Amino acid sequence: MNSIKRTFNELFKYPSAVAGLIIILLLIALSIYTLIALPYDRAISLWRGESKDWYASPKYAMPAWINSFRKNKLPTTIILKTDDPSVVKTEEKATVIYEMPFVFTADAFPSEINVFFKSTYTSSPPFVGLSIITPDEREIKLGNFKVERSLAYYLSQDQKLVKKYKDIPIQEALLMQPDSKPRKPLKGTYKLIIEGVTFDEGSTVSAEAVFYGKVSGIAGTDHKRRDLSIALLWGTPIALMFGLVAAVGTSLTQLIISAISTWFGGWIDVLIQRITNVNMVLPFLPILIMIGTFYSRSIFVILTCVILLSIFGAGILTYRAMFMQIKESPYIEASRSYGASNSRIIFKYMVPRLIPMLIPGFVSLIPSYVFLESSLAILGLGDPTIPTWGKVIDESYNSGALFNGYYYWVLEPSFLLVVTGLAFAVVGYALDRVFNPRLRGQ
Amino acid sequence: MDHIIDKNEKAEPFLQQDIRERGVLLSIRDLKIWFELRKFGFGHAGYVHAVDGVSFDLHNGESIAVVGESGCGKSTLMKGILGLHRPTEGEIFFRGESIGEMKSKEIKQYRSHIGYIQQDPYGAMAPFMSVQRILTEPLSINGIKDHQQIQDMVHKALEEVKVFPVEDYLNKFPHMLSGGQQQRIVIARSMILNPNFLVADEPVSMLDASVRVEILRLLRSLQESRNLAVIYITHDLSTVSYFSRRIFVMYAGQIVEKALVQDLLNNAGHPYTQALLTGTSDPDGANAHKLKEVPPGEPPNLINPPKGCRFHPRCPKIIRGLCEVEAPPEFEPEPEHSVACWLLR
Repeated sequence: MNSIKRTFNELFKYPSAVAGLIIILLLIALSIYTLIALPYDRAISLWRGESKDWYASPKYAMPAWINSFRKNKLPTTIILKTDDPSVVKTEEKATVIYEMPFVFTADAFPSEINVFFKSTYTSSPPFVGLSIITPDEREIKLGNFKVERSLAYYLSQDQKLVKKYKDIPIQEALLMQPDSKPRKPLKGTYKLIIEGVTFDEGSTVSAEAVFYGKVSGIAGTDHKRRDLSIALLWGTPIALMFGLVAAVGTSLTQLIISAISTWFGGWIDVLIQRITNVNMVLPFLPILIMIGTFYSRSIFVILTCVILLSIFGAGILTYRAMFMQIKESPYIEASRSYGASNSRIIFKYMVPRLIPMLIPGFVSLIPSYVFLESSLAILGLGDPTIPTWGKVIDESYNSGALFNGYYYWVLEPSFLLVVTGLAFAVVGYALDRVFNPRLRGQ
Repeated sequence: MDHIIDKNEKAEPFLQQDIRERGVLLSIRDLKIWFELRKFGFGHAGYVHAVDGVSFDLHNGESIAVVGESGCGKSTLMKGILGLHRPTEGEIFFRGESIGEMKSKEIKQYRSHIGYIQQDPYGAMAPFMSVQRILTEPLSINGIKDHQQIQDMVHKALEEVKVFPVEDYLNKFPHMLSGGQQQRIVIARSMILNPNFLVADEPVSMLDASVRVEILRLLRSLQESRNLAVIYITHDLSTVSYFSRRIFVMYAGQIVEKALVQDLLNNAGHPYTQALLTGTSDPDGANAHKLKEVPPGEPPNLINPPKGCRFHPRCPKIIRGLCEVEAPPEFEPEPEHSVACWLLR
């Protein structure tokens, strides 16, 4: 216990290590928060878009905080519902008029405008008409149509409007200052008017109008309107788990195998050395790609294969060199003289001796496996069911994010990867100095 | 060393009673421990004759010193006795049982009868274990599980080696102790299983002169109180007389002279022993102007030892035509004194 305390005291002398530790703690806290706030099943169903959760979410929206750094504020999503308290509802015989006011203050236009209708009726469906009243009191007529149960009205696909405004996108044509060039949005209070005519007793009509913004949430959205924060949040525990399990799995097993190899010597040693030599020349990535392509892309299968392929690596040779020295040390001889068994010598006398050497290397090993998982995801070998950082980069790449200027989509997961790697590397270097004082500079 | 130890302390209780009547504890017959040399990993390239034909008897409660220069096979002999190296030829009998024929469980049992003290006290303890754990290990390996019993035995062992107060030391690690304290812990560990036989491989050679005496006194008191048989291995003749009854001189894997300590010091038979005694330093101002006669050359290569007597290439008293042809048998000029040298034929 004392030695752990001493190690931490030594570690705190390096500011970089303190920063690294803080980042690691933050990542761990983020993982715990994710696991509690966004349970796995919920996250997976949201990410698959099974539950139509994303109809009111904009496509390719940047993170909301980007507005704090911009002079031209980008619009957020405005959702108007007929049952909102601010809506003025006037009923007259079979006609119902909803007057839905909204304030538009952004310096850019919304990305889309859609209106979703729902109706109940017995024999003939209700009829609705749509219009917008601008702050300068112009009334723009939009479409009018029958609403059978439910209907989604995409303004950009209304042929009449397209004909009317020619090459101006509809959502811009509706909200622009007249004749402004380049087009500028008109700020102020708009009114969306929905006029419904029902033909049956008890027939109702309701609507939800969505003015999709260009910024959304803390992390923005992707091509499927999904909030990227889900993938980024869930990527954290998965990345840490993958890195930690792979690093522990490989380095501890390597240590034990090389201790066995050194202690028993003879044919066991020869066998382990040959397996290591052969395994070290096997191409690591192509084997993983083959497993991913032909067998399974489950993260646990890939993790197991990564561990199995890494165990017989260079670490075996390094540890063996150190164990050769330890094997001959007097305390091992003494332990034999009082009757310690082979397994006791390996696990209680040899392996603990190298644990201090193992820790720095092991900490620095974690990010390399985090990166490996992301690389595999970018190569299309990510687990199809789990959102990870690598998969976000993969999807952004497939959607041409950089080409289309969606930088946030690539930068966010990359930033998290870099920060994770940096934090572990920095702590690893500091640990190396703590455990090997000879590395300390002047 | 002699000047540090009070001459009166050198009582010789061992000589007063005939130790041979107590019965043989360990008997070694023509022991050979050779190490095979390999060429390219599998081809045979000869043997290192580290121990080559050693025979002696060790009686209960008797103390023997084995002296010789580095590389003469003392440590290999001792490891052979501990069963860490299997004999190539010859046999070791412990209370009449051959350890070459023991199974690994019996070897373990046999080893628990032997205490083992090494040269480097710091290296002899696992650096990551506390004193408590170092002393507990032999007990738990040998099947003592009861916590209270272990505590009692650890305390008793530490008190016996005069490490006080015991509680202060239990949680210390080897690097926190001084050399003398470290060696005391090692001695406590070797004694904790109540062995009746102690193998000490240069136990004081790495210690300060002042600590050396204390450790030797401690070993001697342990030997007397527990009636231990001791094999004391050293290259330092000046510490031998302190608690050994007999002394064996080893040269190139063989014992060239066995004698009672005083006989050997006063009346060495073998030219090599005489050379060793000449070489022992004595802090006397007059020595600064004396030239000591030491045999030229170096100990022979043990892969290809010289024919005949192994000392003949360096021997100042060589008998041409005999020494380099035939190995000398053991001659006994007086009782309990045997010398393997043709000079005594």
